[in-house]
Amino acid sequence: MSKRKLKNAHLPIGECVSQVLSPVSPCPCRHLEELLKRTAVHGESNSVLIVGPRGAGKTTLLRCVLRELSKETEVQKNLLQVHLNGLLQTDDRVALKEITRQLHLENVVGDKVFGSFAENLAFLLEALKKGDRSSSRPVLFVLDEFDLFAHHKNQTLLYNLFDVSQAAQTPIAVVGISCRLDVLELLEKRVKSRFSHRQIHLLSSLTFPQYLDRVRAQLRLPDDFPDGSFAEEWNASVKSLCEDGSVDEVLRRHFHSSTDFRSMHALLMLCLSRVSVAKPAIRPADLLDASRLCSADTKVNMLRGLSVLELCLIIAMKHLNDVYRGEPFNLQMVHNEFKKFLQRKSNSMYNFEHPVVMKAFEHLQQLELIRPVDGSSAKTQREYQLMRLMLDHSQIMEALQKYPQCPTDIKQWAASAFA
Amino acid sequence: MKSFGRLRVRRFYTWRGNPLSSNRKLRTHEYESLAIRVDGLPRTTVIRTGQHILIEGDDDDNPFAAKVVRLFGDESGQQKKAVVQWYVRVSEVPPSKLKLLGRDPHPREIFFYQGGNCDDEVNAESIIRPVQVKHLDADASFPPSDDGDDDETLYVKLAWDSKVFRILDSALVASPPRHPNPSLPPSPPRSPPAATPASRTSSRCTLPTPDPTVLRRAALGEVRRSRAAASAGKNPAAMEALHSETKLSASKCLSAKRRHGTERTPGVRKKLQLCSPEKTVMVREDALTQLLDEELEKERTLAKRVPSSPARSPTLTHRLTPLRRTNKSLAAQDAVSLKPFVITCRKVPLSEVESPTPTRDNSSSRAATTPCTKEPKPVREPALGDLAEEEAKNSSPPRSSKRKSALKVSYRIRKQLNLMDGQQDLNSDEDDEDEFVPSKELQSSSEEEEAEVVVKKSRVSSAGSRTPRSSTRTPRKTPRKNAPGTPRTPRNATPSIPSRSLPARRPANVLEEARTRLHVSSVPESLPCREQEFQDIYSFVESKITDGTGGCMYISGVPGTGKTATVHEVMRCLQHAADTDEIPPFHFIEINGMKMTDPHQAYVQILQKLTGQKATADHAAALLEKRFSNPAPRKETTVLLVDELDLLWTRKQNVMYNLFNWPTCRHARLVVLTIANTMDLPERVMINRVASRLGLTRMSFQPYTFRQLQQIITSRLNKVKAFEEDALQLVSRKVKPAPSPVPQLLPCVGSLSSLLRQVAALSGDARRCLDICRRATEICELSAAGLVGMSHVMEALDEMFSSAYITAIKCASTQEQLFLRAVIAEFRRLGLEEATFQQVFVQHQALCRVEGLQPVGVSEGLAMCQRLGGCRLLLLESSRLGVLQRVRLNVSQDDVLYALKAD
Repeated sequence: MSKRKLKNAHLPIGECVSQVLSPVSPCPCRHLEELLKRTAVHGESNSVLIVGPRGAGKTTLLRCVLRELSKETEVQKNLLQVHLNGLLQTDDRVALKEITRQLHLENVVGDKVFGSFAENLAFLLEALKKGDRSSSRPVLFVLDEFDLFAHHKNQTLLYNLFDVSQAAQTPIAVVGISCRLDVLELLEKRVKSRFSHRQIHLLSSLTFPQYLDRVRAQLRLPDDFPDGSFAEEWNASVKSLCEDGSVDEVLRRHFHSSTDFRSMHALLMLCLSRVSVAKPAIRPADLLDASRLCSADTKVNMLRGLSVLELCLIIAMKHLNDVYRGEPFNLQMVHNEFKKFLQRKSNSMYNFEHPVVMKAFEHLQQLELIRPVDGSSAKTQREYQLMRLMLDHSQIMEALQKYPQCPTDIKQWAASAFA
Repeated sequence: MKSFGRLRVRRFYTWRGNPLSSNRKLRTHEYESLAIRVDGLPRTTVIRTGQHILIEGDDDDNPFAAKVVRLFGDESGQQKKAVVQWYVRVSEVPPSKLKLLGRDPHPREIFFYQGGNCDDEVNAESIIRPVQVKHLDADASFPPSDDGDDDETLYVKLAWDSKVFRILDSALVASPPRHPNPSLPPSPPRSPPAATPASRTSSRCTLPTPDPTVLRRAALGEVRRSRAAASAGKNPAAMEALHSETKLSASKCLSAKRRHGTERTPGVRKKLQLCSPEKTVMVREDALTQLLDEELEKERTLAKRVPSSPARSPTLTHRLTPLRRTNKSLAAQDAVSLKPFVITCRKVPLSEVESPTPTRDNSSSRAATTPCTKEPKPVREPALGDLAEEEAKNSSPPRSSKRKSALKVSYRIRKQLNLMDGQQDLNSDEDDEDEFVPSKELQSSSEEEEAEVVVKKSRVSSAGSRTPRSSTRTPRKTPRKNAPGTPRTPRNATPSIPSRSLPARRPANVLEEARTRLHVSSVPESLPCREQEFQDIYSFVESKITDGTGGCMYISGVPGTGKTATVHEVMRCLQHAADTDEIPPFHFIEINGMKMTDPHQAYVQILQKLTGQKATADHAAALLEKRFSNPAPRKETTVLLVDELDLLWTRKQNVMYNLFNWPTCRHARLVVLTIANTMDLPERVMINRVASRLGLTRMSFQPYTFRQLQQIITSRLNKVKAFEEDALQLVSRKVKPAPSPVPQLLPCVGSLSSLLRQVAALSGDARRCLDICRRATEICELSAAGLVGMSHVMEALDEMFSSAYITAIKCASTQEQLFLRAVIAEFRRLGLEEATFQQVFVQHQALCRVEGLQPVGVSEGLAMCQRLGGCRLLLLESSRLGVLQRVRLNVSQDDVLYALKAD
């Protein structure tokens, strides 16, 4: 048990990201570090955007840089930090309060910080205006989900932050983090003009061997692991695992799907959780299972839990889609299609009453396997409300394969409307 | 009479007597006196030339004070005008200049105004009532407060010409004796010009009165000079003549002192009550002991230096006040007014030795007294002020209750008395009382509020707050005399970012130095390439300031073309000119549409920057409206810079309307400079009446050309050799490149110019240019090269402007690339630029089979699609729609194909 814990904790995710990044792109790290250092040490105002897809390590990069910087006393003593997140600070008013709180300015004003929005803004701007390059402590503003700040009214916060960063006031560094490549286009022209146009793009172009190395490094136990012999054993097993053919195939598949670090981590976490005292190594089968879990189709899993009637309705819808080329359908059409199938079979086994069919239809709607067409009003009777199927044909066929004890005639009907 | 300011009682103004003279050219008649009758009251107030009057101002509690120089009207009798000599109240002197005084001003103190830029012709109908103005010798102290009445005597000691305070001689101030009974017919008994030493002992009715003609001449001369924007000190001949006419009489000084105790005007009392209890106590204890010490020390040094120093007012106070106090019966006041005597008694041994000689030659005393008067002042005034304040605190609660109940009664009694014995100060007394009442409740509530703040403050300070500022925080209306050490306390708590524990490092090498200079925030010595615009704005504002008129100007231009910087530069130059006396002083305030949360906040900010008052938007609008449209003349021109004008747009456009309407008011003296980006803003968004008021003074800032940008950088670098010549050219030419999929910058000088010329025209943003240069220096530093060369600039440009889409596509995973390809394939199939995920997914499956990859499931495909949508390579509908969501490309198909082909 203790071993497992240790294994899971041995490499924090952040370090791995920095390891991922450092060989590939030493430049952004250095650039950001220099930039922040100049703000902290020289009092030079700066603004920068870190842009990259989700899971590329933007926040981790910033965190690493800050950790590096905090080792220098000159920086550590001077730099004030304000962290904002576009998902939390949903408008400028909230953001201003948060800034004031994080700068510890609220006890200076008593309860005034909770005054009106206008007062807050004037207050904060006044505070920032008071400072100057050489005497006041530099402030680092980190705006996570930067693109969401651009949707605030008039972009007041961004304008003011960038304006301060371009004026001889308190030195500030504005670091925006966003995953949108077009984030600059969101900025209003005045705001844009005040932004320094420094962008750090975090785009990792990993090759598969590198990816494999990352996996290995991620799973390896460090040399200073207390139980030396186990670590050796474990590392050897990891090495052999990575050389296994099936593992290679699984990893390659994952690599093709996404080079994202987070998805790799999720996959490895799944296999790692199967390790126990009785089974102290990862086996290729574990990885296969984990991969299957990761790439499992959610809708197919849902289909497997449906009743036969509901499945029949889905198949009827599939045929309607084929016939009418994706046009919407209603309950009556589906029921007719189903009745045709029953007539051909002359089998009364699935002969359900209309209300029962309707109930099943509603259940499908609740599961969001079908959804009403936009704009169709609630006034129309339920039987005639137009619906669309939210499943792909491949998903239906796959679900039928996996469906426990699926009647053969239904399978045949699914394959062909005239079976 | 309640209400000259407040309730707007109707007043009727009529000329008394026949015109003294008439001016045929201007068709005006000059009169000697003006009668003011108030609706519903039998009494008539007479205003005559040479008398001091109060004129309606923007603040009801502090009307303008002035002396009538001339009264005239036009032939029809419709227009009644008065030429006046202004006095400036303490509150009208800019706070920054007030410290030139070297002491805390007395709340009732006014200054003889000698500044040139003041309209001295007022509408006679704005005159409220006569007022008593006493001239005090420069080294005399203000009379102590030993009287409970609301006397409205004002004291003048110094002249103020908007630059410095000067010693003022009494001749300019001396007024004819006020008529004992205002309702009597004209031709008041005029006492002879008394300038004798004997007047010191005489009673108050023998105030010196100069010959009216002389006075008028002198005053006219004064006015003429002020029109020519010259200071009074430059005309010694006229001054000499005046000095011989009248001299400072001790009796005046004496009576002024007697009055001092009575002089608690509403305004003063308001301020006093606002003042926090904690502060008062602290100040009293500290300040008294400190002041006494200082005073003694100074006395000693003074006595040494000037052995035959002239009479000092403390001695007078000491001797005369007891006499005066026999009239008084209020015990509370006696108890309090003992305080000042403690101080004066300590001084008696020193000053008694010297014989009081109040009848010095004025012309010589002006020079002689200057050095010695300056020194005792700063210590004496605060002490008196504190005591007065303390007294007010102690005595105000019972007074207020008494006042409310007995107000009406006392008013009636006084009215009767007035008719019987002609108490001369009655008018003003009553005014004060009446004016005072409405503001009473208001003040008490704010007092409570203040107490609350104090409690909080003390909590903060005990908690060891790191901002010392908070302890000096005072309410807005706190009298200035509060703490001797900090004469100007900040109005609001403005916390600042804490100061750094380690000093900022100075630039160490050439590149760092260059970087400092290239930062947008660094203020350049001059603004190159904007000389013409600078000149235009400068002459516009300067002419408005010198003429004392108002106007609007609209400045447009794309961001980063130096609009705000140029205006600031103009203001710096004008401020400098004003400091060196070339143009009249003015007040510059600035608001920014982006720095407020709501267009109506503009009013609040303007008001706060103009007067320091805080008000809600509606109230502020009303106050500003009053301030700018009130016919009472302003003393200084206000220059208002409105940045980002387009954000002040409201549906009814009332904010814009007001901003442009105020300058058109005759007395507003407001110059409004507005800045926005679009050239046709007035035509596009403004309704006609707003656009019409904005007028046609427009200016447009053209984007910088590449030569100008080059010049800007060169001037910024100013001999710091950090850039290679052609590298500079590159930057300035390429300020904003066309978004091209392929970075096609060739670092070859030959092909450079053709490439850059296409780029230069796009945007002339100086900020961009500076940022590129700064980035280039950083790159240069990393690569450890000596000078910033071509390659560094190219790299910086590349970094800033290269589109990341291509790289992003290249860095995407195989399946994601395949998905993009499937999107394009589906688009081609459909002939549309839009497809549902389901359609694309079918294509994707097929492509997977072609490429020999294992097909992905729908869930995985959707996740991939979302990832691409997150980067905005694709535009997606909401993910709730699942496979039905529609997909679009956010990049051009060519770009995608280019990126996919490359690898």
